[in-house]
Formats: sequence, C-alpha cells, structure tokens
Amino acid sequence: MDWTIPKLPVADVTNAALDYLTDRFSGVTRAISHTVAAWIDVLTGGLNAVPVWIAIPVLALIIWRITTPKLALLSALGFFLLWDVDLWRATIQTLVLVLLSTAASLTIGIPIGIAAALSRRAWHGVSPVLDLMQTMPSFVYLIPAIPFFGLGAVSACFATIIFSMPPTIRLTALGILQTPGALVEAADAFGSSPMQKLFKLQLPLALPTVMAGINQTIMLALSMVVISAMIGAGGLGGEVWRAIQRLEAGDGFQAGLAIVIVAVILDRITQHIARQAQVH
Amino acid sequence: MKPARAAAATIGSSDKHAISSAVPAKPVTPAIQVSGLTKIFGLRQREGLDLLDAKTSRAEIQQRTGCVVGLENVNFSVRPGEILVVMGLSGSGKSTTLRCVNRLIDPTRGQVTVHGTDVTALSTKALRDFRRTGFGMVFQQFALFPHRTIVGNVEYGLEIQGMAPGLRRDKAMAAIEQVGLKGWAEARPSQLSGGMQQRAGLARALAADADILLMDEAFSALDPLIRRDMQGELVALQEKLKKTILFVTHDLDEAVALGGRIILMRDGRIVQEGRAIDFLLDPADDYVMRFVEHIDMFGIMTVEAAMMRTPCVMTADDPVAAMLARIDEGADEVVLSDQDGRYAGRLSAATIRAMRGTARVDVRGLATTDAILGSDTLGSALPRFSRDVRAVPVVDRSGKLLGQLTDTCIISAIAQQRRVGATRGAAGKL
Ligand SMILES: Nc1ncnc2c1ncn2[C@@H]1O[C@H](COP(=O)(O)OP(=O)(O)O)[C@@H](O)[C@H]1O
Ligand SMILES: [Mg+2]
Repeated sequence: MDWTIPKLPVADVTNAALDYLTDRFSGVTRAISHTVAAWIDVLTGGLNAVPVWIAIPVLALIIWRITTPKLALLSALGFFLLWDVDLWRATIQTLVLVLLSTAASLTIGIPIGIAAALSRRAWHGVSPVLDLMQTMPSFVYLIPAIPFFGLGAVSACFATIIFSMPPTIRLTALGILQTPGALVEAADAFGSSPMQKLFKLQLPLALPTVMAGINQTIMLALSMVVISAMIGAGGLGGEVWRAIQRLEAGDGFQAGLAIVIVAVILDRITQHIARQAQVH
Repeated sequence: MKPARAAAATIGSSDKHAISSAVPAKPVTPAIQVSGLTKIFGLRQREGLDLLDAKTSRAEIQQRTGCVVGLENVNFSVRPGEILVVMGLSGSGKSTTLRCVNRLIDPTRGQVTVHGTDVTALSTKALRDFRRTGFGMVFQQFALFPHRTIVGNVEYGLEIQGMAPGLRRDKAMAAIEQVGLKGWAEARPSQLSGGMQQRAGLARALAADADILLMDEAFSALDPLIRRDMQGELVALQEKLKKTILFVTHDLDEAVALGGRIILMRDGRIVQEGRAIDFLLDPADDYVMRFVEHIDMFGIMTVEAAMMRTPCVMTADDPVAAMLARIDEGADEVVLSDQDGRYAGRLSAATIRAMRGTARVDVRGLATTDAILGSDTLGSALPRFSRDVRAVPVVDRSGKLLGQLTDTCIISAIAQQRRVGATRGAAGKL
C-alpha cells in the first residue's frame, strides 16, 4: 500500500493569486508608490532642511503644549542626544514613516473598529482576519509588498500598516462594546439615534481605550523599522541593519538605543493623551 | 344610639381586585394602558408562548425551551396625573413591565397604548420620536453620562431633539433648579453624592417636559433618610407638575409613601391591585400577606376609614333642652355643625349641664381647631388623644363634619387587621 496524502497547495495558490494580482494591478500600485514615495521624500527632505537648533525647540514646544513641561524637556534632551550621535536625519526619516503609517492605520482601523462594534456580522468577519494579521510573522508582509510597491519606503509603509493596525481596530471595538449597558439604555430611553449614541456616548467613553490602541499601533509600527530597513526604507532601522551587515556592534547598539529613545518619547506622549481622555 | 363604625374594610375594598376590571369607568383616555402584556426571554419564544397558552408552568417552559417567562398577561392602566406603583420581589417582572411601556424591551405579545397611541405598533423612527417627547426615565443606578457635566446630562434629551443650545440650556437649568441642584450645573456626576446624582437623573427626565415619568427603583440605591426626602419631594413635585408616574419599587414602605395605587407582581403576573390599605385589610393571598405583614398600619390607614360616621351631631340652633336629653341618654358630648354641615365646635356633658335653663347655646366662643382631616393617617391623629380626650371630630378639607374618631374606633381597626392576618395565617397552614 502506498499512501500519499496530497499536499495542500497553499504556497502555489498564494503565488498564483499574487502573480495574477501583480499582472493586473502592479501598474496602478507602482504609480501610487511613486507618488507616495515622492511625498515622503519631500516631507523628509523638508524636515531635514530645518536647522536642528530650530527643529528641536519647536518639537519640544509642541510636546509641551500637548503634554507636560517635564516630558517636553526630556524629549528635547533625547532629540539632542540623537543629533549628537549623528542620527538626527535617520530619526526624522523614521518618525515620518512611523507617523504616516500610523495615520493610515487609524484612518482605516477606527472606522472598521466602529463597524465591528456595532454589527455582530462585521465583528465575525473582522475578528479572524485580525488574528491572522497579528500572528503572521511581519517579514511575510514585505514579500507581496515588493511586487506591488517596489523596494523602499512605500512597501515598508504598507507592511507596517498591515502589521500595526489590529490593536486600533480591536481596542476601538472593545471600547465601544464596553460602554456600560445602563448608559446605553439611558441613551435609548431618551430617544437617541444610533449615530447620536455613537458620537455622544460610546465614542467619548471609549476614547481612553481607543488611545491605548493607538499607542500600541505606534509601538508596533516602530517595531517594524529594522524589518523595513531590509527593503531599503532607511532611517534608524537602516542604521541598525547596516551595523548588522558589517558586524559593527557599537554602531548597532547606538542606533538601537536611538530607536528606544524615539519609542519612549512617542509612548509617553500617547499615554499622556490617553490619560487626559479619561475624564471621569 | 349605637353609632355604626364606618367599616374600614368597606371603604378600603371599594376597588379591590380591580385586576380584571382595570379600566376605570371614567371616559378619560388612560395615560398608559397595558393589555395582555406577555414577555418571553429566549430564542424559542414561539414555542414558549404556545406552552404558556397550554398552561404549562414557568419552570417546565424554562426546562423544555430554555425560555424565561418574564411577564404573563399583565393588564393595567394609569390615569393621567396618577402615580402607579409597581411592587414585587426581585425577579417578579417589574423592570420588564416598565421597559415594555417605552419598548426598551419589546413585548412578545400584548399591547401598550400611551395616550391612545399604540406604542407596540410604532416603527423604529416613530418610536424614537415618541421616546424623546413622551417619556422621561429615571434609573436605579442613576445612569448619568460620566463624561458630561450635570447640565450636559440634563440637556441631553433636548440636545438630541435638535433644540438650539441657548434654549436647551435654559430649560435644563430650570429643571436643575426644580430638583434643588442649583449651583451644581457645571459639576461632573462623580463629584456628587448618590442623592444628588439621582436628583440630576430626575432633572434629566423632567427637562424634556415629557408627560410620563418611568422610574425604575429610582430611590432604591439611596440611604434611607435621603430616600425618604426624595420620596417626599417627588410627591410634592408630582402635585405641582401633574406628571403621570409609573414607579417601580420592591419596598412597600416606599409604595405607601408615594401614596398612589399599587400593583403587586409575582412571577410575571399581577397578584393584586389597589391602595395600600386594601393589601392590608384584604390580601389576595399569602404572598400578598407576607408582603404587608410588617407594615405599620397607622401609617396607611386613614382616619376616615377608621372613624364612626354618625356622631351625636346637632346644630347650634337646636335647643339646649334637646342637648340635655342627649346627655341624659348617656352621650359624653355634643358635636355641633352649622347649617352647611361644617364643624362648629363641641360641648362636653358638663358644659351642657351648666347651661340648663338657657334656651340656646352661644357657639361664638367654641374652638374648631381640634378637628382632624379624614384623609390624615391614623398615626398622625394619635397624638390628639389623651386620658381626657377620647374622641376627635373628623372633617374634610372644606371643614365639613364627616364623623368622629374615638379610641374605640382605633382599637377595632387594629383588631380587624389582626383578625384578617390570623384567619389568613390559619388558612395558610392547612
Ligand atoms: N434579558 C433577559 N434575558 C433573560 N431573562 C430575563 C431578562 N431580563 C429579565 N429576565 C428575567 O425576567 C424576570 C423578571 O425580571 P425583571 O423584570 O428584571 O424583575 P424585577 O425588576 O422585578 O426584579 C426574571 O426572572 C429575570 O431573570
Ligand atoms: Mg428590576
């Protein structure tokens, strides 16, 4: 008896689908990619053109306005360190990538989260996809990104968005679903429409939870910078990647530390905003 | 002359067992009319309903279909401007009843009409509009929105109606003042004590000027003293605003304090409907009796229900000789009324004897302030009695003499309640 269990053609099917999609759409996606890449270059270039002795105080001032003087001062110190070790340009590049990806994640993720909270069916559709997105190793997203968007920052953004979006969706939905039943009942009893209920009750109460999701999304986006560097996204991740390739432990550690500094600053700022959203 | 005591039971039971004939004979449209209301919770409602119609027990329905029978054929109506108290132990279906009225819970069967509108037939949008203007609701745990200020909470109902900000703020402020929260408008709910939070909840329900208030255990989460204050204030507010109130509570004392008609529920059904005194003097079954066993009857029985109707009444024009004759027959005193039947004072036997020889009494010096109101409770009349005062005249609000409350009347009222309790108790043991 010769038993052979037929192999499931997961890889073949995926390849075939990708080939088909690439044939069909890569023209469009490449065009998009060029435009976005141009914007990113302009943004990064523009920010880099600002002299550092103006950029750091201005950033510190903005952080002061949003959060506390203490955090602004610490951030300024962190930025100064980054500039001191010649990583200022890379930092700007990383910040631009991370914040752009996050903005895209929120734009897509928050409406999906709301839909998932309001409709049971939407939730059942979204939930398994989120599980898949989060458990799939993040490298894997890079592979299909390249044929569509080419090597560079745009593919990196694409992979980062997919990888970092789930917490925003999940926590937006969770925040809305956690609205105390008694309050929802009160809103209903006074004749609220579903939209009034959403905007006047559920979203305001969900805000701290949504902010926690945004915080996680930013942290996940930051965790992608080294991986992004593998396809030429540059920035602080690029510095780490180069150090790895040349086995320069010191440079690698320095760039790694720079990522930590950026992470801590972003984390503290979003956490502060989350706390402020907790009004009661 | 043996005065017939106005039998408390007769007065009390004038509208007893009104369950089957809940609709008052008056031509006014009821503010709320509930008929045949049945609610079955669970997925297999149709099946549950069929079993219920086949007189299957609740427990068996739950076992066979997993459905919980929340309400079973509930009928009642509330007149405009009336407080109707829905009472019963936890799980008896009070909240479900209340929520079926504004359809926060959709009834499985039955009809709810509010001022003639069939609420059960309204579309989602029509229902929303109806809730905005038709009902104010107050919740046990206040359910204030924590992210809004007090005034922000109070104006919520107006805001979602699309009222202009200035106007709705004015109305909200007026409601806040009405419940005694002036000065707290900009506070957050978490800064307020429980009692104050519920005042805000009440203001929110009043702000939209809805005609009907639905109150679900509104004061149950408050401290006893604050609770009593709120009950008193609600009654005062009700007298002023003439709202129709459906008030859910598990507390008989609260039901008595609110003073309206009471519906007593058990296992999703109404077991008895009437005034507090009816429950006391003529309980429908053991459940009702156990419910009212510990109630202070002096707090609910009115003077009128306990008094005797035909005291020895004469007018001031009657000759002294006639009064003397009454005294000689054994009366302790003579109660006087004027031509219109209003109380005019009373004369003790000794006073009349002292007037022997005169033709007419002079009523001008007689005090009339010793009378009590027929609508007062027995408890509030008790302090009037002493070793020397064994009878007190009873009048209505216009001063008309109704009768006389004697110490004997009070004793027989107590005795009657004991007798009801004893026979019921004995019957229950069989
Ligand atoms: N959503 C629900 N699902 C299932 N059973 C319910 C639901 N709401 C209420 N019930 C049941 O219906 C009965 C009446 O409940 P409720 O009206 O809340 O009682 P009460 O307010 O008198 O305490 C209870 O047995 C309760 O368990
Ligand atoms: Mg309840």
